[in-house]
Amino acid sequence: RSGARIRAQVGSLCPASRVVSALPQLTPSRPANLPCSLPEASPCWSQSGLAGRGRQEVLKWNGWGYNDSKFIFNKKGQAELTGKRYPLSGMILPTFKEWIENTLGVNVEHKTTSKASLSPSDTPPSIVNEDFLHELKKTNISYSQEADDRVFRAHDHKTGHCLHEIFLLREGIFHRIPDIVLWPTCHDDVVKIVNLACKYNLCIIPFGGGTSVSYGLKCPADETRTIISLDTSQMNRILWVDENNLTAHVEAGITGQELERQLKESGYCTGHEPDSLEFSTVGGWVSTRASGMKKNVYGNIEDLVVHIKMVTPRGIIEKSCQGPRMSTGPDIHHFIMGSEGTLGVITEATIKIRPVPEYQKYGSVAFPNFEQGVACLREIAKQRCAPASIRLMDNLQFQFGHALKPQVSSIFTSFLDGLKKFYITKFKGFDPNQLSVATLLFEGDREKVLQHEKQVYDIAAKFGGLAAGEDNGQRGYLLTYVIAYLRDLGLEYYVVGESFETSAPWDRVVDLCRNVKERIIRECKEKGVQFAPLSTCRVTQTYDAGACIYFYFAFNYRGISDPLTVFDQTEAAAREEILANGGSLSHHHGVGKLRKQWLKESISDVGFGMLKSVKEYVDPNNIFGNRNLL
Amino acid sequence: MLEERRHVSDLKFAMKCYTPLLYKGLIPCTPNDIKSSVLNSEEVYYVIKQLSKESVQSQDALREEACQILDEMSHKLRLGAIRFFAFALSKIFKQIYSKVCVNEEGIQKLQRAIQEHPVVLLPSHRSYIDFLMLSFLLYNYDLPVPVIAAGMDFLGMKMIGELLRMSGAFFMRRTFGGNRLYWAVFSEYVKTMLRNGYAPVEFFLEGTRSRSAKTLTPKFGLLNIVMEPFFKREVFDTYLVPISISYDKILEETLYVYELLGVPKPKESTTGLLKARRILSENFGSIHVYFGDPVSLRSLAAGRLSRSPYNLVPRYIPQKQSEDTQAFVTEVAYRMQLLQIQNLVLSPWVLVATVLLQHRPAMDFDALMEKTLWLKGLTLAFGGFLMWPDNEPADEVIQSSLLLHSNIASLDRDRVVLKVDSRDSEVVDGLIYQHITLLTCSAYRNQLLNVFVRPSLVALALQAAGGGKKEDVYCRFRFLRDVLSDEFIFLPGNAVKDFEEGCYLLCKSETIQVTTKDILVTEEGKPVFEFLIGLFRPFVECYQIICKHLLEEEKDHFTEKEYLARVRTFTSQLLDEGASQCYDVLSSDVQKNALAALVRLGVVERKKVNNDCVFNVNEPAAAKLEEMLDGKTPVGKPVTAKL
Repeated sequence: RSGARIRAQVGSLCPASRVVSALPQLTPSRPANLPCSLPEASPCWSQSGLAGRGRQEVLKWNGWGYNDSKFIFNKKGQAELTGKRYPLSGMILPTFKEWIENTLGVNVEHKTTSKASLSPSDTPPSIVNEDFLHELKKTNISYSQEADDRVFRAHDHKTGHCLHEIFLLREGIFHRIPDIVLWPTCHDDVVKIVNLACKYNLCIIPFGGGTSVSYGLKCPADETRTIISLDTSQMNRILWVDENNLTAHVEAGITGQELERQLKESGYCTGHEPDSLEFSTVGGWVSTRASGMKKNVYGNIEDLVVHIKMVTPRGIIEKSCQGPRMSTGPDIHHFIMGSEGTLGVITEATIKIRPVPEYQKYGSVAFPNFEQGVACLREIAKQRCAPASIRLMDNLQFQFGHALKPQVSSIFTSFLDGLKKFYITKFKGFDPNQLSVATLLFEGDREKVLQHEKQVYDIAAKFGGLAAGEDNGQRGYLLTYVIAYLRDLGLEYYVVGESFETSAPWDRVVDLCRNVKERIIRECKEKGVQFAPLSTCRVTQTYDAGACIYFYFAFNYRGISDPLTVFDQTEAAAREEILANGGSLSHHHGVGKLRKQWLKESISDVGFGMLKSVKEYVDPNNIFGNRNLL
Repeated sequence: MLEERRHVSDLKFAMKCYTPLLYKGLIPCTPNDIKSSVLNSEEVYYVIKQLSKESVQSQDALREEACQILDEMSHKLRLGAIRFFAFALSKIFKQIYSKVCVNEEGIQKLQRAIQEHPVVLLPSHRSYIDFLMLSFLLYNYDLPVPVIAAGMDFLGMKMIGELLRMSGAFFMRRTFGGNRLYWAVFSEYVKTMLRNGYAPVEFFLEGTRSRSAKTLTPKFGLLNIVMEPFFKREVFDTYLVPISISYDKILEETLYVYELLGVPKPKESTTGLLKARRILSENFGSIHVYFGDPVSLRSLAAGRLSRSPYNLVPRYIPQKQSEDTQAFVTEVAYRMQLLQIQNLVLSPWVLVATVLLQHRPAMDFDALMEKTLWLKGLTLAFGGFLMWPDNEPADEVIQSSLLLHSNIASLDRDRVVLKVDSRDSEVVDGLIYQHITLLTCSAYRNQLLNVFVRPSLVALALQAAGGGKKEDVYCRFRFLRDVLSDEFIFLPGNAVKDFEEGCYLLCKSETIQVTTKDILVTEEGKPVFEFLIGLFRPFVECYQIICKHLLEEEKDHFTEKEYLARVRTFTSQLLDEGASQCYDVLSSDVQKNALAALVRLGVVERKKVNNDCVFNVNEPAAAKLEEMLDGKTPVGKPVTAKL
């Protein structure tokens, strides 16, 4: 019944058969009065305002996310998230301070100072060829040479980068930043820009959401040519929705949350939910081989994309039809996906859409230990009955999530909590310092969800798992969206933190998790870090033949003269450890410049040469010179 | 450490509260749990499946066999048995030893290591006392008692075998090369205990007790097994702990000499043990146990090994090791042995024995004392780990060590004499008594060789090279090191460093001067130079004699047994005739080492015929080697390379 309702709605908006660019009117900033019926844990994406040119007015220029959302310690010394955007916003988190003090040795009295704003005089001058500027003006593509526009697009969200900048800003020096920022509004604009760049031999670095965590946006310090930051944010329309084939054709600059919001109006969704979905764009997803939380239902980006259009210095690359599968030699999409901006600019893509699910339900399961949990996930993957999302947090991460529990209003709830805890630890004999929790998200029609849920809980029970409530499950996903804000809070208190990921065969998962965490702790100790670091992981995706593992690590750098080096070395050591344990170089963060050193050994010399020869053919003059990957 | 034991009741000690600190990741389990987890492991499953595919045996039969293998090998560690041993050993040790010295700092480090990562104990092996003593010590210091790899021979002993089993010994067959099932079960058994952190795993790199008190070249089988969990990243790290156990007087010294002279080793038996109880009335001096710093396998392997071979094949499938890995395991084995050697304590008697051997058959006590003190200075200068009681007058020290070893040497009116006969005859048990004495004595001298081996080989090379051209000397050195590398422990591929170290020590003691091109012996360095040559000349001679013998060998093919017997006759003859003074060649240890070296150098060919090794001599090569050892033929680089 609900499906029919959706179809009717969409039908009125956009007749399926005549699919032309019928949706531009849906695009830009919509007033913030749409009802937000999404699950609580997901961000409330109605107040975006991201589509504007000067997104730095809404977003932090030197940290993650929105200007108005920020963790602070209030006057009482309790942690609190400002703003109104997130379910957690405005809530008091009474146990967080104690947790961060105990886990990371943070003292809320000791704060770092960071420059609040930046002065144009700190930035290197913008050097742009006059002839080029002249021709650019004729195209009517808007551009800027303002310092703040350029700085905003000079960095990504890698902690090292942020930390680096904090130090740099104290001394007031910047490395290389783009000389000019361009805002094309459509595919043709991009063609013009690429042609101009080829003509004048300029360097283009495409910029989508700026959420890379692999130094993907860092400008090569020795680039002497003019660097153009090609900001795709104005290419943010859904060009058509095809209900017969369940596809949507979109411009590459549209952000995840805009896309979902607009599709939702017609009763559809893509279901692609990477943690960065508030800011990251379709183009970014494609060029980094992104993965979404609910890939078990909707697939990863390579499963979602039906057609891609990319502008390269050689011309435009695209397929001539939208067949769901082809045997036409190696799939050219796979040259594009994961190319990380080294071959061209993705301008448009056709992606699969699905009707918005009727019913969603969170859940969680507590296991006596991490190993049991992994065994359970393996079984679920074997039986191919994984819910839309299933994640297994290790003990530390579970406690981390617990520290973000907002103040409970009623005595009754806190009594219930106490009772639950008593049941699990005392009655069932779980060691609170060993137990590990899986969070679940089911999607689909109600009946199937309930059936599915039972199946999963039955399997879990065989591995000693106990259902631990919807609430715990939901809070688990919450952490994902606020973790980046927490990282920025940490930076204010001498804590640097980062996340990284890998994928590994099932039989390696437990050993890999243990060894990598241990390695981080050992590296920090050897490098003189005073407090034991936070080193925690979760199994965050399951596949037939393995799993994706996500690590968080953070340490308190008080008393260390060169935290940046310690940070970089520790992260590199962790990656070495992953590789030695049979893990992959990356599951979805990509290679960027951070992991370049390992790419060759990961894909063999010949494989590396193949990629290189593609680059040499497509972009012989290295116009797309961000130097990622190769 | 025995001091305390002497004051407190042994019974109380045996019943003391024993709560060792354990590995942090330990999952508590019983020996039976281990057995069943081995039996159900993917590794064993896999091998059984493979074997049943290849043969007619059913999987069930193979499983049954695996089960039997496990029963045969596995230990049954039990606190009661340990307490019994603690009681008995405490009694015995107090009786026969005057002191047991332990570096407590090493114990503390071990204690920390045990809690962090799985630990492998690698003691030197000179006596059966080694493992008894170690378990005793660990119990005493409240550390977990290790599980020990022991030879099957012990199982032949009634009661004792089972008792050892209960105190943590597990038994391995001496050879099981071809038996894949045995290998799989055994290696999985060891790995399971290691991964679980169940208890420290203890085994002897040397594989057997060194009869000659020299460090034997390492065996790699067990080392491979204990390193594998780390290679496969099933554990984060593994600590290897080299342990050096040195004795003032080795319990089995006479037995060893008999064996070296060709009398077969008596079978381990309970009755034998009971007969041996007379040793309880003897005094064997003191024991020094030195726990080396735990070495992290991870840090040894840092940057050394390519990771992909283990990433691309499921970990339960046995894989042939890459050359890289093999080389690494070999290197680790030698490194551990060098660490053992470094911490082996030298007693004054070792010096005395050395001096006596160079001044056979007798010398004045005063001369002996003078020479010994001189050697003491030299040993210390060369970095020997000498335990000399400095608070006692030197003559007393020497007298007391002579007293301890009165079976070898005696003080007779200010003359120190090496015994040449037992009370009534020169021949005992068919052996010439003098040979026994000399070989016993050389077993003590051998302990000193490690300190001097590098400078001595430089000295020998310098002497043989004629001129002092550095390059020539190095070539000679390399050649000698190559030939003698079964005799002494050298880190493979480390010739240049060994050479430099030898030169450095000689320079430091002002024995030689090294200029950019030449090496010269200084005037004041002559005595040291002569001494060093005298110390190692016998070994070169041994190899020469053996070469000569092989050239005279008439039979085309011979087995090792035949070879040993014939070399023995040949050399006894030489000695009787007085054609040689080189008694060391009597030792079957040297003879075996030489054979191994000759095979390695291509002088002797080894072939397999019906499961037996058969050798035959390449005469031109043997002649050439003999001449080169003699110093007549120059050892050019190409020759060395070919060798």
